[in-house]
Amino acid sequence: MELDALMLARVQFGFTIAFHIIFPSITIGLASYLMVLEAYWLKTGKRHYYDLYHYWIKIFAVNFAMGVVSGLVMAYQFGTNWSYFSDFAGGITGPLLAYEVLTAFFLEAGFLGVMLFGWSRVGPGLHFFSTIMVALGTLLSATWILASNSWMQTPAGYEIVNNQAVPVDWIAVIFNPSFPYRLVHMGLAAFLVTALIVGASAAWHLLHKNDTPAIRKMLSMAMWMLLVTAPIQAVVGDFHGLNTLKHQPAKLAAIEGHWENKPGEGVPLTLFGWPDMQEEKNHFALEVPRLGSLILTHSWDGQFAGLKSFAPEDRPNATVVFWTFRIMVGLGFLMIGLALWAAWARWRGRLFESRPLLRCILYMGPSGLVAMLAGWMTTEIGRQPWIVYNVMRTADGVSDHGAYELGLTLALFVIIYFIVFGAGTVYILRLIRKGPATQDPVPGGPGETRTPARPFSAAPQQRDGHEEPLNRDKR
Amino acid sequence: MGVDLALIWAIIILFGILMYVIMDGFDLGIGLLFSLVTDKEDRDIMMNTVAPVWDGNETWLVLGGAGLLAAFPLAYSVVLSAFMLPLIFMLLGLIFRGVAFEFRFKAQDHRRHWWDKAFIGGSVIATFFQGVTLGAYMHGLPVVNRSYAGGALDWITPFSIFTGLGLLVAYALLGCTWLIFKTEGALHDRMRQLARPLVFALLGVIVLLSIWTPLTHSAIAERWFSVPNIFFFAPVPILVVVAAWCLLRSLNRDPHAGPFLLTLALLFLGYSGLGISVWPNIIPPDITIWDASGPAESQGFTLVGALLIIPLILMYTAWSYYVFRGKVVSSEGYH
Ligand code: HDD
Ligand code: HEM
Ligand code: HEM
Repeated sequence: MELDALMLARVQFGFTIAFHIIFPSITIGLASYLMVLEAYWLKTGKRHYYDLYHYWIKIFAVNFAMGVVSGLVMAYQFGTNWSYFSDFAGGITGPLLAYEVLTAFFLEAGFLGVMLFGWSRVGPGLHFFSTIMVALGTLLSATWILASNSWMQTPAGYEIVNNQAVPVDWIAVIFNPSFPYRLVHMGLAAFLVTALIVGASAAWHLLHKNDTPAIRKMLSMAMWMLLVTAPIQAVVGDFHGLNTLKHQPAKLAAIEGHWENKPGEGVPLTLFGWPDMQEEKNHFALEVPRLGSLILTHSWDGQFAGLKSFAPEDRPNATVVFWTFRIMVGLGFLMIGLALWAAWARWRGRLFESRPLLRCILYMGPSGLVAMLAGWMTTEIGRQPWIVYNVMRTADGVSDHGAYELGLTLALFVIIYFIVFGAGTVYILRLIRKGPATQDPVPGGPGETRTPARPFSAAPQQRDGHEEPLNRDKR
Repeated sequence: MGVDLALIWAIIILFGILMYVIMDGFDLGIGLLFSLVTDKEDRDIMMNTVAPVWDGNETWLVLGGAGLLAAFPLAYSVVLSAFMLPLIFMLLGLIFRGVAFEFRFKAQDHRRHWWDKAFIGGSVIATFFQGVTLGAYMHGLPVVNRSYAGGALDWITPFSIFTGLGLLVAYALLGCTWLIFKTEGALHDRMRQLARPLVFALLGVIVLLSIWTPLTHSAIAERWFSVPNIFFFAPVPILVVVAAWCLLRSLNRDPHAGPFLLTLALLFLGYSGLGISVWPNIIPPDITIWDASGPAESQGFTLVGALLIIPLILMYTAWSYYVFRGKVVSSEGYH
């Protein structure tokens, strides 16, 4: 593959979005987690909920900042690097992005300040409301952007007039065929990512003999989350695959490494192998006869299109897609296994003691992120060579920049992202290592009088002795 | 239908960009002034005056971009691809500036200076390239077959460099008067001293711009100086003089919100001056908002949301400023 301007533009987009999506997945999961923690704190008044809230909100803040700045880049990249695509599809993707800004980004940003800094400036009710609004914003944001992405995968509800996609039915545009599956699958992915990180943090502390009620609670909540979501994710993924078979058969053939049908015979499931795009076959294939048919057509000898039934220039790169898909699914099953093991240990009363289990939970910490990125690569690379599936080719969507500008900006992005987001990751790990503090609740918590909002010049530190340690701990 | 969707959208986008310039303007300005204040306490305070709101301020930039894509996809794709380099430089500046808010307080003491520098550098770069893009945009873009037909470096001109520098002055003054409003004590006094030269510098920039632009752009000269127009537009420069005079006077009294509001007025006037120069083109010199309009279905659908939701946004944004009202005295409370 040569590094022409098109390839550079694709690498640049893939690089920046892959970095961006890491932060939203954590933001989405943590925002909901914080909402639950605050709800429990308000309801039960138990200290460890309060401590956990203030522990995770610092991590949330660092992560959120990185999500915002990397997202800003995305919103402009459609125009800078994909101008023909934007001119063609802007009438569809533009309104969806605009609704995302209006309903989600402003909501998140508007209430984030109060959520982070307003604990002693507004009453507990309003503060909780702010947390809810931020969590709601993250979910709305995912909904709109996934509608946009899904429309590019399975376009619907439009017609082409004067070389521009014109929406004719907004309901059909938004609820395009792959959208419901993608929304649920990505939403669950965000919760899994977060549960695995929270669980791993707890496991690290327990392994280092930092055994407090807050840390136990963290591990327990994370493992419940994993137990519920991981199996659902596998089922949703299966439905997602069936949907892909219907609407993007070439992608599915690439995922399965399926080249051609043999007359009258079911399609095997290729567990492992090396799809070779040149020779049009799999090397070292390990196959289970007929299982492919069974999973995808629910019959013993059902058939579905193989890659050879698509013109070579319409085929996605099966080598990559085949493997990224297996990484995702493999990790998905590992997560289910881990959740079951943890449930069993909990039942035996050894969840917080079993060191092999804790160690596995720790090592699985990043697996959510890896599976999530692998899933996106399957989806996006499997869509190629189309930028809007079967409507516009990626090569026709790219701006006419030279390789120099693209190379320069790509190099800048790579260097700066690794420095800035590398530093951010270090700070997050450092915060995680510190562990939840144990401190006295602020005035204004449950059962206490509401703290009046008042100007800062009224020096909050003097209000009472508890104020100061709390505020310092905010950071 | 009789409703001019393109016109309404142009107004919404102009409003969005104005909100952006005002709101992100003062927090970028604080980044610029950071270089002049070295005391750690003071720097903490400066940052804390905007920490709870900067993200919302920046969101107006995203609204500008998304609104443009939704309503005028042609303008979005031409303008953004023409200015790919300065825009990406601006975005990279915003990255450093944005993460510094969080990282600065997380870094170990001996490393903090790096994020202070990132905050300053990011703000300078973002502001400068915003100004450069603005100047190059005023200059106009060649468009052939619905796409940008100029070179990758055409945006570098003496005029655009000047607008880049001019915006640095404007944002610095906004940040400075914001700090006069939100702080007290030594920092407040410091900013008060600084405001006066900045006002004169900004006036200088405005005067130079008003001479330079019509001299080099005959269409703009015609817009301003042809006969009926000159009477309609004459209030703009007159109001600039009045606003600047009030601003200088208010600095002599015991200033709080006044200088900030007057600076906003000044910027608003400058902004409307630019608007008058380009209107009704969305890609100068000759593609109008009607030429660049996207599908009416897209404009209409998004308009419903915009009209319903923007008032709500303004309400809760105002509420969040209200929650954090008052002078910021000590860093302790926030971090
Ligand atoms: C599944 C969710 C998801 C996906 C696929 C994307 N984003 Fe994102 N984005 C979010 C979920 C999100 C979020 C959770 O809402 C963020 C993360 C952190 C944050 O501040 O909000 C965010 C932030 C964020 C911001 C900053 C918003 C602000 O100023 O507050 C912008 C401009 C974008 N995104 C734009 C994009 C674009 C153009 C994308 C597609 C190419 C994209 N995002 C993919
Ligand atoms: C958020 C997680 C996402 C990840 C990790 C991701 C990843 C990728 C990757 C790796 C590519 C390059 C594919 C290739 O060129 O071979 C790509 C392309 C692309 N993606 Fe996504 N994507 C994500 C979400 C989205 C969303 C939400 C949108 C749209 C709203 C989107 C729009 C595009 C576009 C326009 C391209 C075109 C560039 C190209 O085809 O190469 N992506 N993405
Ligand atoms: C365990 C069984 C799983 C199955 C059967 C499955 C199935 C699928 C399929 C078929 C796709 C491609 C959809 C397309 O055609 O575009 C996909 C995409 C994706 N997967 Fe999975 N998946 C599984 C587990 C996971 C896990 C554990 C995660 C992350 C934690 C994950 C995250 C994603 C993401 C982010 C995408 C891209 C977005 C999308 O298209 O929904 N998946 N998955």
